[in-house]
Amino acid sequence: MLRFVVRRLLVAAVTLAVISLVTFGLFFAVPSSPAKVMCGKNCTAADIAQVERRLGIDQPLPRQYTEFVKGVFVGRTYGEGDFRQDCPAPCLGYSFRNNQPVTKIIAQRAPVTFSIVLGGAVLWLTLGISLGMVSALRRGTALDRAAIGVTLAGASMQVYFFGLILLYLLVYSTGLLPFPSYTPLTENPARWAVGLLLPWMTLGFLNSALYARLARAQMLETLSEDFVRTARAKGLSARQVHTRHALRAAVTPIVTIAGLDIGTSLGGTFITETIFGLQGLGKATVEAVQFLNLPVVMATVLLAAVFIVVANIVVDVLYAVIDPRVRLS
Amino acid sequence: MVELPVPRSGEGPYLQVTDLRVRFDTEDGVVRAVDGVSFAVERGRTLGIVGESGSGKSVTSLAILGLHNPKRAAISGEISVGGRQLVGMPEEEVRRLRGRDMAMIFQDPLSALHPYYTVGKQIAEAYRVHHPRAGKREARTRAVDMLGRVGIPQPGKRFDQYPHEFSGGMRQRAMIAMALVNDPDLLIADEPTTALDVTVQAQILDLLSDLQEEFRSAIILITHDLGVVSQVADDVLVMYGGRAVERGSVEQVLRRPQHPYTWGLLSSVPSLHGDADADLVPIKGNPPSLINLPSGCAFHPRCRYAGRNGDRSRTEVPDLVPATERGHLVACHLPEAARQRLYRDEIARVGVAR
Repeated sequence: MLRFVVRRLLVAAVTLAVISLVTFGLFFAVPSSPAKVMCGKNCTAADIAQVERRLGIDQPLPRQYTEFVKGVFVGRTYGEGDFRQDCPAPCLGYSFRNNQPVTKIIAQRAPVTFSIVLGGAVLWLTLGISLGMVSALRRGTALDRAAIGVTLAGASMQVYFFGLILLYLLVYSTGLLPFPSYTPLTENPARWAVGLLLPWMTLGFLNSALYARLARAQMLETLSEDFVRTARAKGLSARQVHTRHALRAAVTPIVTIAGLDIGTSLGGTFITETIFGLQGLGKATVEAVQFLNLPVVMATVLLAAVFIVVANIVVDVLYAVIDPRVRLS
Repeated sequence: MVELPVPRSGEGPYLQVTDLRVRFDTEDGVVRAVDGVSFAVERGRTLGIVGESGSGKSVTSLAILGLHNPKRAAISGEISVGGRQLVGMPEEEVRRLRGRDMAMIFQDPLSALHPYYTVGKQIAEAYRVHHPRAGKREARTRAVDMLGRVGIPQPGKRFDQYPHEFSGGMRQRAMIAMALVNDPDLLIADEPTTALDVTVQAQILDLLSDLQEEFRSAIILITHDLGVVSQVADDVLVMYGGRAVERGSVEQVLRRPQHPYTWGLLSSVPSLHGDADADLVPIKGNPPSLINLPSGCAFHPRCRYAGRNGDRSRTEVPDLVPATERGHLVACHLPEAARQRLYRDEIARVGVAR
């Protein structure tokens, strides 16, 4: 088991190194020089050169990359003399727009996206799996057909459509809920939950559709397995057969997809954040792209990659925990 | 707690199946998987049920355990287990009998065991369902004991292993341990050795016989392998197209068979004593479709002698009627004398397995 985890971690480290190289390359793929962007309109060549020196982009490329990596792990120093700026690890540079450290921007934005995604995931997983399980067990009944209908509707709807409907129904016309806002969990858990209820409901309903269909298909397949028949032949009650034996086996592929889904969403849920006016990572990324705010773009892209890689490792480990046969290989 | 009727002890066979019919309504039509089958098994005796796939063997056994989906299978007739009538019994009461009074061993132990739980845990679970007051430790002791009884070395260590860490033969032993953990009076083994090596097959069959002596349970052994039947069964029921075509003691059915289908089964098995160069004679044609069973005797399209009775084989379903010998029943339109004479001819032509 330990070797299994170590091997996965090594692979992950290599993946992240490659991604960091590619993101670093972004700096030079854009047509405009970062120095020009930062310096503004009326800039002399000398000014630009000065900015370049300050940003360290007058150095040869390999040197710049090692500086960047060094910044992430041990911190670095930008500029010299009066412009000297110490950037402690993990240093991801400074925003071109307001000179804020990128790490600070991330620290502000990430909790918002995390809260949206994790709360939503709890909702969509419980809703999706229980709906799928019930409709598999009541296969062919009106309940099953209704569940299929609802999930089909959910799967074919878009966040910006369903989210706006919810906004209209629950906020504008009835006032049942306040307009979504973010309050840190540590500050006021109740307000945190109330403020995020709408995005959770939106993501929960839309994503649960996929999970309900997946859970239903998996459950139907598992119910026809021989070991389920064995469980029944032992004299276990229907509930024990369905949960302990069937669901346990059906849940494996759901874990895989859920892990990757959550990992991807943590990198940013731009549409959801925009509809509900929440300042999350997704919005930060898109804004940074619009303003060619390269340090922020690099950081958010890298972070999104980290989430996906980490989610992959978590899924692998969970897989081994769930299925003893995986531990051998 | 639901009170179960107290089984009457000592009178009649433990399992009595009378005119069992199992019907499935499908989109393509009605499947009569079992169509009027009767048999009985006493404690300490073994009944072998033989037939090709689709002959209704497994459907019969699943019906006894009450494992058919009541929404899809229509079951009629009588199934009496230890004096209790199972057809029409509420599911909760059948569930309490299942695994306790009657247990089942399945064909492929790899797929029949849950891949995510240790073997020991699955056996202990079978024990605890029917002994709700038993603690974890007691169930474990019992499971380890059973693993040892079925001949698994180091049962304490094996308890904590997963099915995929067992060999095929060991898995089937574990499966048997699971079936016997509650000392069932009726054990149904559905092709218990089909997925195993020949050498392991013999061990498993010996084990079943030994355990039967120990537990004095009634055993139904479902198989398509006549060798297995001759080795362990006391009585044989031959099924074709959901009906019983021949029934009797092993001696009667395997040595003096009277149904052309049984002859076909025997001729398609190699004999140790026959001519090694003689070709095996397969039964021509395919097993019948249960939705659209041939009229009259279901075997007639494949029967070499069907024409000898005029139209009868095609129009009239033969009843399972007693032959001269006591306990031997045959469903065939040929007169008994003709059947005996034809069988002698068959023996003369090919070596029949013994």
